[in-house]
Amino acid sequence: MTTALILLPLAGALVVAVLPLPRTTTAGLAFFVALMEVGLWIVAASRFDFDDGGLQLGTSQEWVESLGISYSVGFYGFSLWLVGATVVVSAAAIGYAMWVGRDRPRAYHALMLFLTGAVVATFASQDLLLFYVSFEAMLIPLYVLVGVWGGARRVAATLTFVVYTMAGSLLMLASVVAFGVTQGTFSLLDSGTSDNMWIFLGFAVAFAVKAPLFPFHGWLPLAYREAPVEVAAVLSAVVSKTAIFGFLRIGLPKFPEPVDDLTVVILVLAGAGLVYGSVLAFRAPDLRGIVAYSSLAQMGLITLGVFALNDLGLDGAVLQSVAHALVSATMFLLAGMVERRCGSGDLDTLGGMAQGRPVLATVLLTAGIIALAVPGSATFAGEFLIMAGVYDEGWGYAAIVALGIVLAAMYVLRLISAVLHVRPGSAVREEALDLRPGELALVLPLVGCLLALSAWPALVSQSSFPSDEPQQAISRSLR
Amino acid sequence: MIETPNVDWLALSPTLALLGASGVALLTAVLVPAWMRKGVAASAALVGFVLAAVLAGVVFDESATPEALLAESMVRDRLAALAQVILAVTGAVVVLASWAERRRDWHSEYYALLAAAGAGMVFFVGAENLMTLFLGLEWFSLCLYVLVALDTDRATSLEAGLKYVIVGGFGSAVLLFGSALVFGATGELGFSQIAAAGAGNDAFLVAGLAMILAGLAFKVSAAPFHMWTPDVYQGAPTSVTAFMSAATKTAAMVVTLRILLTAFPEEREIWTVAVAVIACVSLVWGNLAALAQRDVKRLLAYSSISHAGFLLIAVSAASERGGEALLYYLVPYSAMSVGAFAIVAARERELDRPVTLEGLAGLGWERPLYGVALWVFMLGFAGFPLTGGFFGKLFVFSAAYDAGDWWLVLVGVAATAVSLAYYLNVVRWLYMRTPPAAPMVAVGGSPPSDPALGVAVGAAVFVTVASFFAAQPILDLASDAAASLPF
Repeated sequence: MTTALILLPLAGALVVAVLPLPRTTTAGLAFFVALMEVGLWIVAASRFDFDDGGLQLGTSQEWVESLGISYSVGFYGFSLWLVGATVVVSAAAIGYAMWVGRDRPRAYHALMLFLTGAVVATFASQDLLLFYVSFEAMLIPLYVLVGVWGGARRVAATLTFVVYTMAGSLLMLASVVAFGVTQGTFSLLDSGTSDNMWIFLGFAVAFAVKAPLFPFHGWLPLAYREAPVEVAAVLSAVVSKTAIFGFLRIGLPKFPEPVDDLTVVILVLAGAGLVYGSVLAFRAPDLRGIVAYSSLAQMGLITLGVFALNDLGLDGAVLQSVAHALVSATMFLLAGMVERRCGSGDLDTLGGMAQGRPVLATVLLTAGIIALAVPGSATFAGEFLIMAGVYDEGWGYAAIVALGIVLAAMYVLRLISAVLHVRPGSAVREEALDLRPGELALVLPLVGCLLALSAWPALVSQSSFPSDEPQQAISRSLR
Repeated sequence: MIETPNVDWLALSPTLALLGASGVALLTAVLVPAWMRKGVAASAALVGFVLAAVLAGVVFDESATPEALLAESMVRDRLAALAQVILAVTGAVVVLASWAERRRDWHSEYYALLAAAGAGMVFFVGAENLMTLFLGLEWFSLCLYVLVALDTDRATSLEAGLKYVIVGGFGSAVLLFGSALVFGATGELGFSQIAAAGAGNDAFLVAGLAMILAGLAFKVSAAPFHMWTPDVYQGAPTSVTAFMSAATKTAAMVVTLRILLTAFPEEREIWTVAVAVIACVSLVWGNLAALAQRDVKRLLAYSSISHAGFLLIAVSAASERGGEALLYYLVPYSAMSVGAFAIVAARERELDRPVTLEGLAGLGWERPLYGVALWVFMLGFAGFPLTGGFFGKLFVFSAAYDAGDWWLVLVGVAATAVSLAYYLNVVRWLYMRTPPAAPMVAVGGSPPSDPALGVAVGAAVFVTVASFFAAQPILDLASDAAASLPF
């Protein structure tokens, strides 16, 4: 089952790349594969027993016996939810690419499907080497997707993105080797814990770059601005969450002592990233800048939840990861739709779009209100859990989270008013259309998922970890 | 009655097959009419390489325990047999890739020399004494000197040939002098006898070891003995470069591993450090210099120097795991190297001029299959997953970590990070740059299709990717081969 979830998009990528079909058929085929992947995930979720603690839907196959490397995959509750967010966001992104009709559709859609497969494989892997392989494999399509289909400064964007992520990943490779060789196995299910600070740091830096966490976010503004908008959506929504998965599946369970030693450092950096990202988002001059920096802030927030190292924080971190994936994908796609209408994302040139475009206004307002964590929304539930979690570590952290929530309201409201209200901007033409049915069909499912999650956040937060005590789960079953 | 030594024909059969093929190819120059000379000579060479690969496979299968041959001047073991398989398959792929190469009408000579060089390498990896070592080295080197200079129309080819003769001759001389010193210190020529002589840390022996190591380092093009590599790789006909980059390195690496372990086990503490230092210098120099290259062949030459560094890390581990890592790494490395140079050769023919990075602009979209293949090779060189290059690096690093050289792992990781800059730069030129305004393609329409080269590139891609997914079977073979050395 898990293997099918990984292989379906990869096989789809191969078929899309090889078959010489017309443009629209190619895109349609890719979108169909992405929808099938969503269906497959629903089947997997229906077979998943959320009360059972252990690894589920798992398979394992020897790969390189001499080093103890195996193809070992399976899901825990939290990884299943992260995969769920991945397949939904990917389907929306591929649908959007179909809608705008990207050039060279065979290559483009094959790479998007490949990316989907790699992300799913990362969330499913139960072997350190398989995790590394999938983690790196994500980079191959991303490099080309940003570099070929990106905006004017795409080459600079790919360069900084690749330099940052590869520097992190190669440190992680050294750590993977060191951990695997000392343990005698790369399997996450069989290996024990390590108290080596250096090995942990290799992983931590790789995850911090991927997330990104302050101060490893140097690649973020360029990459999120220059990537095609749906690639930026996938990048910020799900690729960043592989870092959170890494902390949950590898960092905390395998390195309990180094984590204890470094908790304060990481919490302080995450808090700084939360405030810094929020302030930058408030100051950003363009739509994508706001969404990009808010993503930095949110990743800081989620990391605070993870390193609160208690039940509330961990539950909140997973809930917030899923919610943020949906929110940021929605916001990026909406930003892309606005940019297509106005030819620019500069807030100075936008404004007044609500006039005569009720659907766009409603959808953007709904997504925005969820993004700013209005009470009753899924993001509010997530942020509240995280705040309650870090309160245990010190009231100061909780205060920072509260500050982050206030700042989120500021930057989201600024975005909404700058796009929808105020005076019509110079780039907003009278004829610019309201959201088309096709666009609505891509965004509505995402908003619908968010509303459902807002109505019932416990769906994720109560079923992410075996038993009701995530902290014990981390320290026992995942170890 | 004269006593004849017992000759193990099976063990010599790969060498003899290639020698035979070489002879047939050479005879085509006089016995076969000009119009079918190329076809017959190329087929002879192809058959020779394939036959040698098959025979080496049989030898591998039947040599569970190492056996000395011909008055202990050669050895029949799985290490030699596996290296012979790699060499012969590389040669066969090169024959395919060089089918459409422009050369005046020296087809017979080209294929004869290629097969003879292959025979020399196949002989060289089985050497078990200092005489056969030198004999094998000179045998394939002489063939390569001529091959490099074969394109007499181009001054760069002649220049490269001359440089290779002088620097290569110097390297051989150093090796020979080292052998003399070792013989002086121990009175023995055979590798295991040198070890058994137990000369300890005799100054002559250590000096001889150092010189032998330096002589072999010339052949693997490890820094600081690499000066010839960029010029020769750039100037030589591209298919010859492809053969040299993969086969010479394979042969010389295997022999380095063998001689260090069998002849100098007591000096292990000296040579592990020496090899580690050479490895680091190669990694640093190769990667930094590659960053500045515009010519793709030069870039790949520096990349091959840095790969010598990775391979030497495995040698310096001086463990069974290191030997396995080395032999595993050689498989995807040879495939990627031959494949990358084959694509450069195709592009060279298309443009009718040397391929610079600018010359690659748009290739990825114009010729999707070559584009994807070159992309795969670059990712493989850089050690990305989904290619065998990834496991190569992983095995090398874990061997080094296992041997306690964690600092070598860090150097290797840093070198990989630097190497990404130029490998991904190639990908950027393939896909992300539009060709310059003036058309790069030579006048006269597109070049004739070259299915042989397509097959060669396809085979290289297959090996590169398959060695990732089927890492264990190859590692098993490598570990069988490594088991024939006394670690």
